[in-house]
Amino acid sequence: MTEPKKKNEFLYFALRNNKLRIGLTVVFFFLVLTFVGPQFTDYTPYAYVNPMGAQPPSSEHWFGTTMFGQDVFTQFVFGLQATFLVGIVGGGLGTLIGVVVGFVAGYRGGIVDEILSTITNIVLVIPTLAILLIIAAYLEVRGVFTESIFIGCTAWPWTARAVRAQTFSLRSREFVDLARLSGMNTWKIIFQEVAPNMMSYLLLVFILQFGGAILNAATLDFIGLGPMEGISLGMMMQYAVLWGALHLGHWWWFVPPGAAIMAIVGALYVTNVGLDEVFNPKLREM
Amino acid sequence: MLSLDGVSKVYQVGTFGGKELHAVSDVSFDVTDGAVVSLIGESGSGKSTIGKMILRLISISAGTILSDGVDISTLQGRALKEYYRNVQGVFQDPFSSYNPIFKADRVFKTIREEFFPQVPGSEWNNRVEGALQVVGLNPAHVLDKFPHQLSGGQLQRFLIARALLLDVRFLVADEIISMLDASTRIDVLNLLADLKSRGLSVLFITHDLSLGYYISERSVILYRGCVMEMGRTEKIYDRPLHPYTQMLMASVPRLDRKWEEAANVMKGQQSDLISGCVYYARCPVAARNGMCSRGRPALVEVEDDHFVACFHAGIGTMATARSSER
Repeated sequence: MTEPKKKNEFLYFALRNNKLRIGLTVVFFFLVLTFVGPQFTDYTPYAYVNPMGAQPPSSEHWFGTTMFGQDVFTQFVFGLQATFLVGIVGGGLGTLIGVVVGFVAGYRGGIVDEILSTITNIVLVIPTLAILLIIAAYLEVRGVFTESIFIGCTAWPWTARAVRAQTFSLRSREFVDLARLSGMNTWKIIFQEVAPNMMSYLLLVFILQFGGAILNAATLDFIGLGPMEGISLGMMMQYAVLWGALHLGHWWWFVPPGAAIMAIVGALYVTNVGLDEVFNPKLREM
Repeated sequence: MLSLDGVSKVYQVGTFGGKELHAVSDVSFDVTDGAVVSLIGESGSGKSTIGKMILRLISISAGTILSDGVDISTLQGRALKEYYRNVQGVFQDPFSSYNPIFKADRVFKTIREEFFPQVPGSEWNNRVEGALQVVGLNPAHVLDKFPHQLSGGQLQRFLIARALLLDVRFLVADEIISMLDASTRIDVLNLLADLKSRGLSVLFITHDLSLGYYISERSVILYRGCVMEMGRTEKIYDRPLHPYTQMLMASVPRLDRKWEEAANVMKGQQSDLISGCVYYARCPVAARNGMCSRGRPALVEVEDDHFVACFHAGIGTMATARSSER
């Protein structure tokens, strides 16, 4: 009888947490824009639609046009899709690897822990961006999806370390001993006894990884090592800088993608803080 | 049924594992069917470590633990699961024994999933209710509750009921009543005595001498991982021969005595004496330059079923006798 009450309690605080409401609204707004945005445009991202070249926003071209007469709004909504894909795939992969490595290292301990921790620490100290640069430079074909996978594969170490530490403390609790006495195998214990205790933490990890992956992708795209086909917010900014939009005052070219990345990542972090307050009663303001 | 033979547990400590910590050294004793054996010692004496080794929760460094003649460290997979069918444990902290985000009766569901998947639901519910009644709980009051909604005593009895659902023949009870209220303690103790009469063997791990006396036939006194004295409970309690046992007996709070009189030899600090008697630093009767600092006394049978590991077992007795005369 207490189960539904407990869920309602989370929902109760979740709905009344302003940080959570603001954060989720912003993220949701951009997510909706990703799906309905393409309906509002008749162009493709790279089509040369305006013979006048760079023009400020107008009723015909909502976000204006680029130096080559491409529609910025079209590029923006398609770029958002790439951004969310990178967030979900890259952030999801980073979370998954980190969580599995952390669980196994923390639960098994001993030599397994030594090996996994060493690998984690090595990946942690390797400058991620440098590795991504090298990989991106050597890869023949780069799509948004491949980029996400590489970002995910380099972002997991800090998650692994945090999850390992949490698992360590949970493992020494007696209910884990009791589960072992019940003949449960290791994976069952990890996923049925240990993991449920840190579900809220894992959700927060995913949100942070999501935001981190978006920023990483934007960085890569901006320095020209982004996907070879398609468009992303980072690539829009790269083209804008490349063609002197800053000097020529073509603000409509680089402000929308920059503002969107800032808004999404910022909203995710605010959501993160809000969720923290919901899950941790000590942080609740009310 | 269960016998320990020269069991030791050594931990590698220090930055590079260069030092060794002997949590348990060379402990041997038997627990026969239907017997209750108390394992008594202060914190850090290795008593819980022994319990965990029996439950296969930690590995054994040296020696063997035999269960019905089978070395338990060789058990794997299915055989280990069958071992857990017969051997179960209940731990000190009832609240930490339950996963806080699930209902307490999940421990029964786990048992059913792992050991009795073929038993139909209605019959299983009957078994659960039967086991709860055996441990003196009303199923209607305790099922479908979260751990924090139940008292410590109820939770501990829940765990004993869990063990009863299996064909448990050996129970490791690790300080199971030390965290309970005085009023619920006696219920759990009587339950254990009741189970003993049904043929269950119990290893009763405690730091409390009076509890050991209340429930067990045999006692094992541990100090820093070594057996100091063991044998029939009445013999040890009537005639403690090891200075450590004597000190423990003297430290039991009594209603008729002020603490200052009873408190005695807790002054010495633990030294890292490797070769000598482990109790040397705190021992009031040890000869300061004699054999106590050089050799470790072996466990000697001083009378029928009464073993002591002390060179000065006799002197210690005289000292106690004199002090009691005064």
